[in-house]
Amino acid sequence: MQEGFVSYINDQKDMAQASLEADTEGIKNTQTVIQKAINWFRARSMFVVAYGTGCGAIEMPPVFTSRYDIERLGVVGVATPRQADIMIVSGYCSLKTLKRVIRTYEQMSEPKYVIALGSCAINGGMYWDSYNTIKKLDDYIGVDMFVTGCMPRPEALIEGFVKLQDRIKNNNIEPGYIKYKEDYQFYRANQERLFGKNIAPAFIEDYTGMDI
Amino acid sequence: MFLDILIMLILAYSFGFLYYGLYRNISARVHGRFGPSIAQSFYDSIKLFTKDTSTSFGWMFYAGPIIMASGALMTVLFIPYLNHGDSLIGFSEYGNLIVVLYFMVLGPLGNALGVGSHGNPFGAMGIIRGLTRLIGLEMPFYIAVIGLMIASGTADIAEIMASQKETYNIVAHPLLFIAAFISFLGFMGKSPFDVVGAPAEVYSGPAVEFGGKFLALTLSQSAIFSFAKLLLMVNLFLGGADNLVDLVVKTFILFLAAVFVGNVYGRLTTSQSVDFLFKIPTVIAIVGLMFV
Ligand code: SF4
Repeated sequence: MQEGFVSYINDQKDMAQASLEADTEGIKNTQTVIQKAINWFRARSMFVVAYGTGCGAIEMPPVFTSRYDIERLGVVGVATPRQADIMIVSGYCSLKTLKRVIRTYEQMSEPKYVIALGSCAINGGMYWDSYNTIKKLDDYIGVDMFVTGCMPRPEALIEGFVKLQDRIKNNNIEPGYIKYKEDYQFYRANQERLFGKNIAPAFIEDYTGMDI
Repeated sequence: MFLDILIMLILAYSFGFLYYGLYRNISARVHGRFGPSIAQSFYDSIKLFTKDTSTSFGWMFYAGPIIMASGALMTVLFIPYLNHGDSLIGFSEYGNLIVVLYFMVLGPLGNALGVGSHGNPFGAMGIIRGLTRLIGLEMPFYIAVIGLMIASGTADIAEIMASQKETYNIVAHPLLFIAAFISFLGFMGKSPFDVVGAPAEVYSGPAVEFGGKFLALTLSQSAIFSFAKLLLMVNLFLGGADNLVDLVVKTFILFLAAVFVGNVYGRLTTSQSVDFLFKIPTVIAIVGLMFV
């Protein structure tokens, strides 16, 4: 029984690895030199709008200031979503906040990425049975990087940034904003389940070219 | 001529961004951090040029940054880079100091037009702060420049440069230099006169709605423009440059002075900075004018 389980897990791992590699190969081959250069610049320069929703927000200031100084990796904070490439959602989202998070996300121009910081944004964390917070941020907007922990240390957030930079540089995993556009109906249905019809600026519908 | 202009623009763009990168780096060291790489501002600008722009507020919104950029380009093209040379002079034979001063205010005007069309209150707030500050900045700067024009008997930049063969204007007219230098600090938009784009108060002010390519254009023009201002100060007070090395050394010294002042002083509010600019540098400039 035990052995069977272990081999089952190993099989799963192999399969996952294989599919990851296949994916990587497939996309890498299609990247031209110019695209590679552009991706390199995109990875080297990240403007962040830090949406401090939960208690995890308290770990962001040290990351951006003298102690951990993430500016050495080319990551700087900006004040408005219009200029941002990355949004950090730091912790639980109450329903009221989620509306604003979605609005902010949709105002960012592409390419845009989202980092979900802390267990609450990943699976609900210690708020998993709360009546007014959501459990999985990935159901509502396209999340690119999950940083686990309750709350995650600044080092963890920096690691998240470095991994995201690798991903952007290699362009080997489909970014969340493309998923968001392609599966818009899925995300939209989830959003509507919570808010009914009373959300969404009209422009998102224009720019995905969909009838909703 | 065409090649000349191209080289001038490339030099202004690269040095503008290089100096901006250095500014970020030096400030980081002052904060006790490592800071970004010196080329970070290039990376930012190239990345922003490859980003989408998803907003639209009518054509004036797009025209604003373009007017700003043309103001900056014209400013830099009307200032000769080198002393009595035939190369790197751009259009400077066709215009003089007065034209340059005129082009210098085209940027804020374009900015105001572009920002005015999107109706974001933070943008309008930034613009009001910027234009109010500009009134304060122009007063001492213009008085100092008029003083120089009277002293050298001409408004032609190349001739003002040539007239400083024996003594630089910084030695001959120190009071004018001090007044012009203080308003130069303000024109550079660094502390203590950085109230326009204060991120924590007005959410980067005029640039609040600009993203993607238009932000890139705004950043590039401000890099070129700050190099133009360094160049103008060098030409007017430090006797211009004989060759490119000389140019780099002189602009760099001026730039370092601005950086250190910026890192030492905190931000003044709009009314404080206008008060200060009207009282101290303007009075210094007027006294300097008397000695001309
Ligand atoms: S993961 Fe922990 S620290 Fe983060 S928001 Fe949730 S409860 Fe707070």
